[in-house]
Amino acid sequence: MSEPRTVSQAIGLGKHVNGPAGGLTILDGLDLEIGAGEAVAILGASGSGKSTLLSLLAGLDEATAGEVWLCGRRIADLDEDGRSELRGGRVGFVFQNFQLLPTLTARENVLLPLELTGTEGAAERADAALERVGLTARAGHYPRQLSGGEQQRVAIARAYAPRPSVLFADEPTGNLDQQTGEQIIELLLELREAADAALILVTHDPRLAERCDRRLRMRDGRLESLT
Amino acid sequence: MNVWRIALRLLRRDWRSGELYLLAAALVITVAAVTAVGFFTDRVETSIERQGSELIASDLAIDSSAPIPQTLDAEAKARGLATARTVEFRSVVVADQGPRLVNIKAVDPGYPLRGELRVRQGVDTLDEPAPQGPSQGEVWVESRLLALLGVRIGDTLGVGETRLRIGAVLTQEPDAGRSFFNIAPRVMMNAADLEATGLIGPASRATYRLLIAGEDERVASYRDWLEPRLAANMSAESASKARPEFATAVDRAARFLHLATLTTLLVAGAAIALASHRLVERQTDAVAVMRCLGAPRRLLIRIFVLRLVLFGLIASLVGCLLGWLAQAGLVDTLSGWLGEELPPPSAAPLLVGVTTGLVSLLGFALPPLLQLAQVTPLRALRRDAGRPRASAAITLAAAALALGLLILWQAQDPTLAWKLIAGVLGALATLILCVLLLVRLAGGLAGRTRGVWRLGLAALARRPSGAVLQIGGFGIGILALLLLAVVRLDLLRAWEDSLPTDAPNYFLINIQPQEVEPLRDFLAESGIERTDILPMIRGRLTHIGDHQVEPSDYQDPRAERLATREFNLSYGTEPQPDNRIAAGAWWPDAEAPPQFSVETGIAETLGIALGDTLTFWVSGHAVSGPVTSLREVQWDSFNVNFFVVSSPALLRDEAATYITSFHLPAGSDALIAELSRRFPSVTPLDVDAILDQVRQVIDRGVLAVEYVFAFTLVAGLLVMYAGIQASLEDRRAEHGILRTLGAGRRALLGSLAVEFAAAGLLAGLLASVFAETTGWLLAEQLFELEFSFNPWLWVMGVLGSGLAIGLAGTLATYPLLIRPPLQALRRAG
Repeated sequence: MSEPRTVSQAIGLGKHVNGPAGGLTILDGLDLEIGAGEAVAILGASGSGKSTLLSLLAGLDEATAGEVWLCGRRIADLDEDGRSELRGGRVGFVFQNFQLLPTLTARENVLLPLELTGTEGAAERADAALERVGLTARAGHYPRQLSGGEQQRVAIARAYAPRPSVLFADEPTGNLDQQTGEQIIELLLELREAADAALILVTHDPRLAERCDRRLRMRDGRLESLT
Repeated sequence: MNVWRIALRLLRRDWRSGELYLLAAALVITVAAVTAVGFFTDRVETSIERQGSELIASDLAIDSSAPIPQTLDAEAKARGLATARTVEFRSVVVADQGPRLVNIKAVDPGYPLRGELRVRQGVDTLDEPAPQGPSQGEVWVESRLLALLGVRIGDTLGVGETRLRIGAVLTQEPDAGRSFFNIAPRVMMNAADLEATGLIGPASRATYRLLIAGEDERVASYRDWLEPRLAANMSAESASKARPEFATAVDRAARFLHLATLTTLLVAGAAIALASHRLVERQTDAVAVMRCLGAPRRLLIRIFVLRLVLFGLIASLVGCLLGWLAQAGLVDTLSGWLGEELPPPSAAPLLVGVTTGLVSLLGFALPPLLQLAQVTPLRALRRDAGRPRASAAITLAAAALALGLLILWQAQDPTLAWKLIAGVLGALATLILCVLLLVRLAGGLAGRTRGVWRLGLAALARRPSGAVLQIGGFGIGILALLLLAVVRLDLLRAWEDSLPTDAPNYFLINIQPQEVEPLRDFLAESGIERTDILPMIRGRLTHIGDHQVEPSDYQDPRAERLATREFNLSYGTEPQPDNRIAAGAWWPDAEAPPQFSVETGIAETLGIALGDTLTFWVSGHAVSGPVTSLREVQWDSFNVNFFVVSSPALLRDEAATYITSFHLPAGSDALIAELSRRFPSVTPLDVDAILDQVRQVIDRGVLAVEYVFAFTLVAGLLVMYAGIQASLEDRRAEHGILRTLGAGRRALLGSLAVEFAAAGLLAGLLASVFAETTGWLLAEQLFELEFSFNPWLWVMGVLGSGLAIGLAGTLATYPLLIRPPLQALRRAG
């Protein structure tokens, strides 16, 4: 199936939540369009709604206004399972706290999304992905036996192994020291290039944002362009 | 991708990581207990059935008042079954001292097909087995006939028109018990000599019997063939569990064993529930990630269910294997129980084991696991997205349903099962309510205390649902242990005491009315205190209400037999001391109007209800009266007991013989000899051997129950371990934070000790209440045994559990304290 050139799009996107202290508007009529292979950094202060935007774009959460398109499908047309299926094989994730399954080895963690989507040649792909991030030697280790940087590299291998069209990264260097963080940035961009995947990156880190094609800042529930 | 393969892989990975050990242990224990008891009772039941075969010297006996057609015999042989024929009749044998009424049995060379015939060749020799009956020209006689006739082995007896030589003394005849009260001395002869005696003609009163034996299926199919061909004067009797003197003891042993299994099931069920809860807690994040990675909910549900079923199957099979080994060990421990090697078990318990494993696993673990599929993928990004709370109602309902099904299935007694289910549900509800109340109390106390006390009590109060689970788990574990104590110390002892060492071991029957008073005096002079000499009247049941009783009314062979035969009836003013009135009321005095009291078992078999009018045919006329009470009889007490007893007004004037039983110390042979001399018509029956066997059944039964309760013990410990583990996840983060804030290890250790000890005390208190109540209910309702209140139970239950759980919980959680706080925070984050 050929993917459309626009992989992710938000039109008039809004998110309003009712908390104990009254209603709160997190996103307010936000528009965004991201093309295939494009790397976009979303910056912003804590609590500005960056992660909420990411979760809406990835179909992890539901908007209260506007619409979201992912890989050519309108998210609102799909139920939870439909959204899961849409993500399968097309969307990769890298989380701030790595989110590796503690009971699986590094290799098994990379294998998991391939197995869940029934991808052919899963084992070879997983091994190749691990080699790409330089962790072949640690394939049989459990997350708890790996350093933070190594865990994030496993997570990147897991995100890229299914060859996704779009990769969401939520503060991928947030839990790492500066040097390791830089290595991770290199790796993310390098793999993005190789896979020709769009990269949507939420970060505080200006150095990381600097390396992206486009930089956007969240302010008052909307995005403003920095480039 | 094949869902099976993913499920299998995930299962393998989970197993390797140790996540499933606790769940597996709980499941294996449940299945092992169920299968071990299943195998064991299966073998014991088969053994009892075999002994039933010995009682009728075959697997199937056809009785008839006329010669049995050759076709029945031929058909049996054609089906590969063994056959033998006997003819039994009353007649007179003549010796020099005169004639004597005897019971003659003529047997053919195949007799007996089951059981053992034993004879003694001389007065002083030991008896030995005889492969077949007497040879032609010979009779075997009971030893008392020698005394009564003044003859010896080698002398001849006149039997009808011929004379036969006394070849041996008959000491054991497998099917003699069928005519227990037809107690004329027994004589056995060869069927080939029958014609020469001229005693049996077409109009003779005799019982013709065709005995059949062979493989179970063949006998059963022959019986099916036979049924429509049975003439009106014929009846067929299968080898049923026809050992009434064992029935109560074995039945009680089986009840204890099933109770042990059910307790294990309940306790291990709690462990399974706790372990599943923990598994769910630990898998929440993994599920969120899987959903992010594109796994739809229905795929996850299929994977979870398959993984659970696979896991359940494997664990159940391991449990079955363990159960098989355990029963082999049990049989080894009890070798010679019931007087013979136990037959090999059938495969049925395996099915029971696997089904139990799967049902309990699905019932306890599936709802929380299915809730897991509801985890929102958002949780991968934001931990505050929360985890779905397994609906307590659904979880409880599923667990209750699974348990209910298993109990109904396992208890094999719907009334008992429903009582148990109601009891368990009531106990659970009370438990949850009490824990919530007590937790609130702990919360209140926390506000008024300081330091470690405050931390510990607040920790307990902070997680009410966690506390319910944890204290519930502890409570159930302690309950199991306390129940073991109740069962061992109180119930099993009461059972052992139910057959006192001075239980009657002699019966005197055929006592004539004029002999009653002299015999009573004789027994009193001989130092035998028990002088209950009861009347016994023979009567055939003809009507229940207006309905005429026909053997063909009944499917049950025992009922059919009872409907054909004569009952031994009695009358009295008081019920026997070991009888308990189960329904209705006993008559007030000797002058009460005509009425009957019927034993509950026989009432059920024959379909007799309270208020029915029974009519018996006694000595040529009908006597009738309403049933005004149903009695439970403790048959293994070895006291004289009757299925049907009437008020004196009804049977006082009928011709009766009398019967009594008493305990005779070993070595009182002289007394019996003197008794036989002074009361020649009275027949003494020595039941010491049977008594010994019953005592053995009880002793070994107690041992078997203790053995099976070992599983409950392990399950109890498991559930407590699971209880401690249940809160470990929450605690990890909490301790990380508290230590970062400067809480010292000592303070945290103290708070842990306070929390666990408080939980232990609460659990112990609840468990003691339940254990005492359950023990009392079991004793009164299930086992009909005396129950005594046990104060030690409370001391051990409350203090012991506070101490033990305080210590065990603190020790188990201690490793969290020696880790650097950062590590704890990181893992929790």
